[in-house]
Amino acid sequence: MAADPRLRSALIAPLVAKNPITLQILGICSALAVTTSLDTALTMAVSLTVVLVLSSLIVSTIRRHIPGTIRLIVQIVIVASLVIVIDQFLQAYFFDISQRLSVFVALITTNCLVLGRTESFARSNPPLASMADALGNGLGYSLVLVTIGAIRELFGTGTLLGLQVFETVDQGGWFTPLSLMLLAPSAFFLLGGLVWAVRSLLPEQAEARETTPPEVEEARP
Amino acid sequence: MADLNPISAWRRLLVLPNESRTKTLFVAFLTAVVCAVVVSAATVILRPIQAANRAAEVQVRLEALLTAIPGMADLLDEAEDATLVSVVVNLDTGHAAKDVTPETLETALLDTANWTALTPEQDLADIGNRPDFVRVYMLREADEVELLVLPIFGAGYNGRIEALIALRGDMETIAGMTVTDQSETPGLGARIEEPAWQAEFAGTRYVDDSGEMRFAVAHGPSTSDYEVDGITGATRTSNAMTRIVRFWLGPTGYGPLIESVRDGEF
Repeated sequence: MAADPRLRSALIAPLVAKNPITLQILGICSALAVTTSLDTALTMAVSLTVVLVLSSLIVSTIRRHIPGTIRLIVQIVIVASLVIVIDQFLQAYFFDISQRLSVFVALITTNCLVLGRTESFARSNPPLASMADALGNGLGYSLVLVTIGAIRELFGTGTLLGLQVFETVDQGGWFTPLSLMLLAPSAFFLLGGLVWAVRSLLPEQAEARETTPPEVEEARP
Repeated sequence: MADLNPISAWRRLLVLPNESRTKTLFVAFLTAVVCAVVVSAATVILRPIQAANRAAEVQVRLEALLTAIPGMADLLDEAEDATLVSVVVNLDTGHAAKDVTPETLETALLDTANWTALTPEQDLADIGNRPDFVRVYMLREADEVELLVLPIFGAGYNGRIEALIALRGDMETIAGMTVTDQSETPGLGARIEEPAWQAEFAGTRYVDDSGEMRFAVAHGPSTSDYEVDGITGATRTSNAMTRIVRFWLGPTGYGPLIESVRDGEF
């Protein structure tokens, strides 16, 4: 993989520089819903990455034979089938976590990130490059999910992956759990903060202003 | 002469321009068939494991429910003759079902004749059809029913909620409740799974002295013996729990069964 610099950049660029969540703001609906604890965030991240890589592989393999008129339907059927298979697999082998993820695994189908990558990249690139791009984007998504999941679980309950890190007041320690962290708004705050932080460090990500306010000369007496 | 060789027919299809109608139909059909086969195979192969998981889950919840009820563990330890039995009951009559056993229950419920369609006024739990036969659990000690464990279910905010509810021997007080399956919003409605919330049910009465249904999940903290605390941010799920409990403990649910337990039939 290291031999081909293009594959490597397809894999590494989406991690931070072209991160699908912080730069393109794609797929945030599920990113907000499943990040109340680290293990659900991890499971979701792995599921999405697997679906993304496999769907990119399949779409890219048959890319020369997808009629333009029905391309979206063909892609979404492939993605949906993969999602159902993953969901069934989780229900069989990771029953507890699949119970807590509830409908959000099934909703990977409608995740704009998956269709976005198959439509914009896999449809016009060979399988290996598509898989590298999909894996990179999946890992970029995972990175954000795991970061937010870890912050929310740590400050919301004082645990990480279920292990007690901070002793809470209930258990005789010092830490008062921030219940806000377990509610949906905190995910927006954290994601907003993350986007701000990334764009401050990498100013080229900031979008140009859509309008510039007119300069008004102050009237002098 | 038409070429019937499948390999050359396949090649001719592949070289058709993508915009041709034949190829569009062909690709759509092939994608649909392949995906259908994959999805069906995954479902069929994994179903036994999933069913075992669910059964184990119900068993674990049942045991957890029994041990969570105050004084229950002592009762099980102390009383040699306290036994947990499972009975299939006929909900219409409230008596034990004559020719349906726990083993044949699943087959019996495949028959639509063993289901009752509910009118919208009856259908508080929003389930449409109610099974006529249900497997319930009873803890008996010295010919008295100490505890009646009833499976209940109904429509929540995002999907079906399944739970077990236990009634004390007086048949007026809830001894405990545990949710066995739900798909409510994580962090909000899904908090019905939290043991701290479920513990509120213990000791709650669901009918007043005149026999009128009074149970409710409150909006906010509970204010009476008949209420449990509401869940902040999950009004729809809280209301669903109220409706499900009211339906199943009411006249179209386990009402007749509760009557016959009161009369000492079991």
